[in-house]
Amino acid sequence: MIKTYEFPEYPYIRSADQDAGTAVRRPVVIGGAGPIGMAMAIDLALHKVPVVVLDDNNTVSFGSRAVCYAKRLIEIMDRLGVGERMMQKGVTWNVGKVFFEESEVYSFNMLPEEHHRRPGFINLQQYYIEQYLVDRIQTLDEVDLRWKNKITALSQAEDCVRLTVETPDGPYELEAEYLVACDGANSDIRAMCGLTSSGQVFQDRFLIADVIMDPKCFPPERWFWFNPPFHDGQSTLLHRQPDNVWRIDFDLGWDADPEEEKKPENIIPRVKAFLGEDVEFELEWASVYTFCCRRMDDFRQGRVLFAGDSAHQVSPFGARGANSGVQDTDNLAWKLALVLDGKAPVSLLDSYTEERLYAADENIKNSTRSTDFITPKNEASHQFRDAVLNLSRNYGFARSLVNSGRLSVPSTYVDSSLNTPDTEAFAGRMMPGAPSTDGPVLRNGQEDYLLSSLGNEFRTLLFVDPQNLPTDADLAQLQALAQAELPVYSYLVSPQPLDIALPQGVELLVDSLGVVAERFDGQPGTCYLMRPDQHVCGRMRRFDADRVIAIQRKAIGH
Amino acid sequence: MAKLILDNNMAAPDDVYELLTELHRGLEPEQSADVNARLILLLANHIGDSEVVAEATRIAREHLPPAPELKREI
Ligand SMILES: Cc1cc2nc3c(=O)[nH]c(=O)nc-3n(C[C@H](O)[C@H](O)[C@H](O)COP(=O)(O)OP(=O)(O)OC[C@H]3O[C@@H](n4cnc5c(N)ncnc54)[C@H](O)[C@@H]3O)c2cc1C
Repeated sequence: MIKTYEFPEYPYIRSADQDAGTAVRRPVVIGGAGPIGMAMAIDLALHKVPVVVLDDNNTVSFGSRAVCYAKRLIEIMDRLGVGERMMQKGVTWNVGKVFFEESEVYSFNMLPEEHHRRPGFINLQQYYIEQYLVDRIQTLDEVDLRWKNKITALSQAEDCVRLTVETPDGPYELEAEYLVACDGANSDIRAMCGLTSSGQVFQDRFLIADVIMDPKCFPPERWFWFNPPFHDGQSTLLHRQPDNVWRIDFDLGWDADPEEEKKPENIIPRVKAFLGEDVEFELEWASVYTFCCRRMDDFRQGRVLFAGDSAHQVSPFGARGANSGVQDTDNLAWKLALVLDGKAPVSLLDSYTEERLYAADENIKNSTRSTDFITPKNEASHQFRDAVLNLSRNYGFARSLVNSGRLSVPSTYVDSSLNTPDTEAFAGRMMPGAPSTDGPVLRNGQEDYLLSSLGNEFRTLLFVDPQNLPTDADLAQLQALAQAELPVYSYLVSPQPLDIALPQGVELLVDSLGVVAERFDGQPGTCYLMRPDQHVCGRMRRFDADRVIAIQRKAIGH
Repeated sequence: MAKLILDNNMAAPDDVYELLTELHRGLEPEQSADVNARLILLLANHIGDSEVVAEATRIAREHLPPAPELKREI
């Protein structure tokens, strides 16, 4: 049915492992080449870890799935090398409108905060992202992506996971020091490990229709309609994707018959009732979904790690599925790379569950709240919901209660065992465990952003100014940090260019607007240590190399 | 941390009580429920502090059996 996109068909290529006679052992095998599996593969490759990705299919995601990608996902994709392509193709919207019954109750403008490289979110069909990830993987020697390779059995031994993989040429055996299960919501790997993901199913069905329209017919806005007159009082959502495709979600209620509702002759009248009789459109794709919120109790079982939908699943209100899955791999890749390299204890992998379980609970809480607002569960909730919508016509406070999906923002791992708690006073949001904020900088005389300068390795941000320059002893210590077995590189963050010679591993970021210093409460002398996934590990008001080393040791699980 | 006030805080309690009951004069039960919902929202916003609201919600239903545990169905 899809007219605007041609699905690539990737070839099955026989691997030498299939002819090896015995099972070949690989450091990391990833099960599933959805967005999460591929992000994991690229991230590991950036850490020079060779990886095999197995996928039972040979193309990208089919049908209407993820649309909305939040800022943090784009930033991670920047680090992985596909952010710019996503931005080129994606569409942004700033105006959102909320309708209730017959009329609009209010509209809002989501103007993003200034001085960030990336906007709050973009809309883009999931197949584009997957295609860009495949293209990126093809430039990486470390990744061996095998289509039409289905994991059908596994067992865990002391030192590896043994896999049976089914292919068009028949099965073969493969061993992995670690297996990352990115095989989606109905994870086969999870079942093979005897594990479950549990939670709540929402007693509701949604029809998701993607339609092609002339952009002249509709502005690039997000419309959320509660109790619309044209659809038996069930909520309806409209938003725009690239290629002149609009996504429409119709709440159908629990009694709807999914097979009937999927038929074009039933969909088209619904869409017409919504858009108006004379708006011309073509149906691109439609499916009926039931949503649930659930998660596993632990994202690690021995040498198997779960990421993305296999580990946790949320309803799509608030767009947290792919967004949070990519944050899983952002969290896991550097840890796994350090463990494989023998530079961190295996127990570091438990901090993956610790941090990402916390995030999963936050995401489940937020999307459950949105779902409960959109489809109230009992009479009293319905009354509150309608009261909020009615009050929101005239009173600002009620608008903050309207919840048609909250923008996905990354978690701050407040209580993570990897954090070093503050011993001095700091203002602002950049507390230990927080994902780094952004800000414009000059690096090597080029305009750049802080987030484009961070990642993949440990780095300090040392705030200085011409009156408070690092001493020669400081510079010697920074150099030593950069030469350590597990290096810590450094940036001096200064409001002005500095005329001092910097040792290897130490670079200058000129923060001429002072935005970075302000967002980090970076008074001169302040030093932050940042993790490879751009989260803060710890900070101090005066640079002290021993403290930096201690903070780093804690951040790798010692 | 603010605390829910449980001793009298009203200079004219009878006036306040009358406002609450008068509010519903001539209303059908559904209309009353709607008006109550709006009133609670307005007052909750005025209070602002979610811990105070939490304390009030707790006391409001303490005479009833506790809510059933949220079941994990799947
Ligand atoms: C209607 C809808 C709207 C959504 N909207 C959003 C949104 O706006 N924003 C957002 O962030 N998220 C959204 N999501 C969620 C998002 O689509 C998922 O979170 C995301 O696809 C999860 O990626 P994944 O890689 O974990 O799993 P999947 O995308 O499911 O990929 C799993 C892969 O594993 C492969 N596989 C399965 N079993 C095996 C096996 N045994 N061996 C080998 N390979 C296997 C599959 O072929 C597949 O390629 C939405 C979802 C739906 C349904």
